[in-house]
Amino acid sequence: MLAALIRIRQWQAGFALLFALLAASPGLAQERPYFVTYSHEMEEPGNLEIEMYNAVGKPPGGNRFLGSTTEFEFGAKAWWTTEFYLDGQVTWHDSTIFTGYRWENRFRPLLREHRINPVIYMEYENTSADKSLREVVGHDGRPDFYDSNADARADKERELELKLILGSNFHGWNLSENFIAEKNFTDDPWEFGYAWAVSRPLKLAASAQKCAFCREKFMAGLEMYGGLGDALGFGLHNTSHYLGPAINWSAPNGMTLSFSPQFGLNNYSIPHLYRFGIQYEIEQVVDRFRRSR
Amino acid sequence: MRKRRRAWPLFVILTLVAAAFAVADGSWMKHVPAKDHERKNPYYGQADAVAAGHLVYEDHCAKCHGENAEGTKKRPSLRSARVQQEATEGDLHWLLVNGNMGRGMPSWSKLGDPQIWQTIRYVRSLGQ
Repeated sequence: MLAALIRIRQWQAGFALLFALLAASPGLAQERPYFVTYSHEMEEPGNLEIEMYNAVGKPPGGNRFLGSTTEFEFGAKAWWTTEFYLDGQVTWHDSTIFTGYRWENRFRPLLREHRINPVIYMEYENTSADKSLREVVGHDGRPDFYDSNADARADKERELELKLILGSNFHGWNLSENFIAEKNFTDDPWEFGYAWAVSRPLKLAASAQKCAFCREKFMAGLEMYGGLGDALGFGLHNTSHYLGPAINWSAPNGMTLSFSPQFGLNNYSIPHLYRFGIQYEIEQVVDRFRRSR
Repeated sequence: MRKRRRAWPLFVILTLVAAAFAVADGSWMKHVPAKDHERKNPYYGQADAVAAGHLVYEDHCAKCHGENAEGTKKRPSLRSARVQQEATEGDLHWLLVNGNMGRGMPSWSKLGDPQIWQTIRYVRSLGQ
């Protein structure tokens, strides 16, 4: 009885915290419309961004799936962003499962804007049966999507993922390239992958009146990513690759909506992926709690 | 015999990090290159740019620098003599593009030049 009461109190406290966060004045995120590629742009210090990214696909002859990640991205410093992910997936005619968590940190070693801006990315992940396709490395591909969830969950992936992110902003365009190296803590070899993307707002100058659907509120681009094999067999053999346009809209209430249809470029890839995301930014979240004390 | 582990890579990294923070101190104006210092705002004299800059300011700057740019507990006022008189608009553009990351000011290069210049027009209009 007491345990049940404590659990209810915890839920109430959780909802109160969530309400306090959502009731906070939102910021305008102005995010890039990328789903896999990271740009060199960090979260503004003190801001918390809650993001949900989803990928829907169907391997030929297999079951349709929806892979999802919920992310909490916090700007610890202007040069350091930290992010916690919760992953899950639904597979039609199978089950809905929680697939694990990730924690990543991004550091910007050069404290000024350059022609090419490097960012160091480090992530620990503990997942199994993940279908969110937040990165493609090694020989990830279509065969991974035929196992039942029960079988796939047996394969625990405790991994360290390193990325070198390079980003450039010029004349309103952003070009980002990611080089990925991932190591499972078992005896598996290092796996490699890549991602690149380019985007631009539909209009660069801001309008003089408030508007929800002005062209500068939309950002469009192109994204491509894939695997590069592993330390035992580096290259394109048995690797999957995806390419697709991407667009997002910065809504006036601090929310950003993103969409990207993506196409598998070879038989080892899922033929079509539909990605959509929602992001919500809360400005200066720590100050808000300080004031409320 | 036990081999001594080489510590110089760590020393080099720490030195580079320290140097990066040293150049990111509060006296950012000293680091603005001459050609950036001289840059003119292409939106100068355009009333629409002030209105547009006000909206950009509300979306991205007001939470830290205050709704009326008066500053907050930790973030400086943009009505100060440094921002309103000592710095050129080129200096402010350089600051917004590069940020002052060691002091918590992020780079706003993602806004693109037009919105940065519009924001500067709004901020400078506060001192007129």
